[in-house]
Amino acid sequence: MAQRLGMEVSVALGEAVKLADADVIAAYPITPQTHIVEHLAELVADGELDAEYIPVESEHSAMSACLGAAASGARTFTASAGQGLELMHEVLYVASSMRLPIVMAVVNRALSAPLSVWGDHSDAMAVRDTGWIQLFTENGQEVVDQVLCAFRIAEDRRVLLPVMVHLDGFHLSHVIEPITLPEQTQVEQFLGTNQYPLPLHPDKPVAMGDFGPPFIYTETKWAQEVNLRKSKEVVLECWQEFGRTFKRHYQPVEGYHSEDARVLLLTMGSFSETAMAAIDRMRQNGQEVGLIRLRLWRPFPFSEFRRAVKNAELLIVLDRAISFGGPGGPVCSEIRSALYNQEKRPKIVGFVGGLGGRDITVDGFEQIITRGIEIGQTGSEQEFEIFGVRE
Amino acid sequence: MPNYTIFVPRLLTKRENFAPGHRACIGCGEALAVRLACKAMGQNIIVVNATGCMEIVASQLPYTSWRVPWIHTLFENTAAVASGIEAGLKVMMRKRRIATQEINVVAIAGDGGTADIGLQALSGAMERGHDFLYLCFDNEAYMNTGIQRSSATPFGASTTTSPAGKVSIGQFSWKKDMPAIAAAHNIPYVATACPSYPFDLIEKVKKGLKVKGPAYVHILSVCPTGWRCATELTIKIGRLAVETGIFPLYEVENGRYKMSLKPDKLRPVNEYMKLQRRFRHLSEKTIKQIGQRVGEEYGKLLEKVA
Repeated sequence: MAQRLGMEVSVALGEAVKLADADVIAAYPITPQTHIVEHLAELVADGELDAEYIPVESEHSAMSACLGAAASGARTFTASAGQGLELMHEVLYVASSMRLPIVMAVVNRALSAPLSVWGDHSDAMAVRDTGWIQLFTENGQEVVDQVLCAFRIAEDRRVLLPVMVHLDGFHLSHVIEPITLPEQTQVEQFLGTNQYPLPLHPDKPVAMGDFGPPFIYTETKWAQEVNLRKSKEVVLECWQEFGRTFKRHYQPVEGYHSEDARVLLLTMGSFSETAMAAIDRMRQNGQEVGLIRLRLWRPFPFSEFRRAVKNAELLIVLDRAISFGGPGGPVCSEIRSALYNQEKRPKIVGFVGGLGGRDITVDGFEQIITRGIEIGQTGSEQEFEIFGVRE
Repeated sequence: MPNYTIFVPRLLTKRENFAPGHRACIGCGEALAVRLACKAMGQNIIVVNATGCMEIVASQLPYTSWRVPWIHTLFENTAAVASGIEAGLKVMMRKRRIATQEINVVAIAGDGGTADIGLQALSGAMERGHDFLYLCFDNEAYMNTGIQRSSATPFGASTTTSPAGKVSIGQFSWKKDMPAIAAAHNIPYVATACPSYPFDLIEKVKKGLKVKGPAYVHILSVCPTGWRCATELTIKIGRLAVETGIFPLYEVENGRYKMSLKPDKLRPVNEYMKLQRRFRHLSEKTIKQIGQRVGEEYGKLLEKVA
């Protein structure tokens, strides 16, 4: 029987990769991802995980080695954060375009300058369009569960796309939480083995990564887009199967007191749990507020999202990244375009906050919602407001 | 005594794993080198190709010239991709996911993809000791993008980004000594080769494939398009590069240097340079200076052999 134990989320993540019996791990250390790769290196060093651990000389090479490993048919994992994710940026497009089922944990971190090892979603948003399936997590249990799901989704023959599992740097990666690690046999049954259809092998030579002249490039990109959109069905199927097997259930868009709420707050990642406490408190004071969280970021769950906000009058979106000089936070601007053509839609107010590791407390979320309601009534000349900034 | 020069080529496989029909320029020394290397390597290989001439001429969707498993991803990451494939095969054989057999991983790249943008990934892969062969096909500039200088471009050569001009001599720096950099990683095998010496090249590629751990073979590949020389002179110019001491052929096996070809007397560098328009602007004085430097470098190499 699986036991519930207190452990650091990074360590639990490493244990999930071990449960998945990954074949190749290629990684370069970067705060706050280090505890994950340290733990994996230990597991390999102690013979507890039979894998090749490639201690590469950069994140660019980490993702490149993952390309090679996945193309050879191996179950492949890496983890990165912030600058590291940016350094591997161009390689991320290749991973998705060449249909290589790599799983990566992204321990969300701010981008330089000034240097900040602390968390926000700037790194995640910068890789938004790389063609990866992207999942956000709120607590340690979700991290473990989503890493396991990520392997199953990525390697599904109908998908064959890389998957990112986002977890907040420090706020999630470095905390100790009660976590249940699934049983090895159950995981084996849930995941099966990686059966990559066309691996590099002399028995059946394939050419991968030919160049695409104008007459064919558009078709390759459209095929990729159709494939990523269709992967949502497999993600949903995977979560259903996960729920049946492990009794924990996941949805692309999750609500918290959202059904009857007039005012909705939208968050992503670990801050959502703090926001829930604020919602509880405001509800006690008789305010009809609720929370929705995006778990599936790519492919964007349009129908589920529209359904989740259809009864709200006001939607307050918190971004933990800035699109400089643009319409506000990247999430908020996507939300606006997802709703723009809807006949009935809530007013949308955007906030940016929680940058570079700055915490947003329960009080903070209450202030954001209160201010959001105010802007909803009076309007604002600004495209968005930045929460808690000293000007 | 039988005439070996007639007999030896017949020992070579007729099979072309780098098939004809590709789009390489007339007289391309690199395509010839790749073809010869493929004859040396056989079927049980996986080729990892950097972005560059050989990738562009041989892999336009939906065609390919490659009759062995082949992958191209990016420009600077070839050695890292090779690392991942090598590691993947190793662990899957260990875990009995695939049958245990000898599969050699071969990374191929140009001089830019090796000595410039790909140097970090290559250094990392050599340092980690992956069992793979790296072939650098050196045509001494970014030929695929239009003859821009690289760190492997020789001193004085005029390229599109190191043009000879009223106040410019052309390439302002001496060619980066890439084989020495590879050798400094203490890998088991490093060699230089040139398709003008086909059997030497084939033997070196075979040797590199056989050693356990990283092997590096640096292959001078004459480029008539970029060197501005006659297309029928590819073989001759390659030979002159060796005979002048500009590109000596040697091996470094487990740290021990060995000359593959040691001319009694080096020919003057001008015999090599005068056939190429990229050097045409150079004064006699500069050519003399280059000759002197070539002699010095050659002397240093001979010291290493001794």
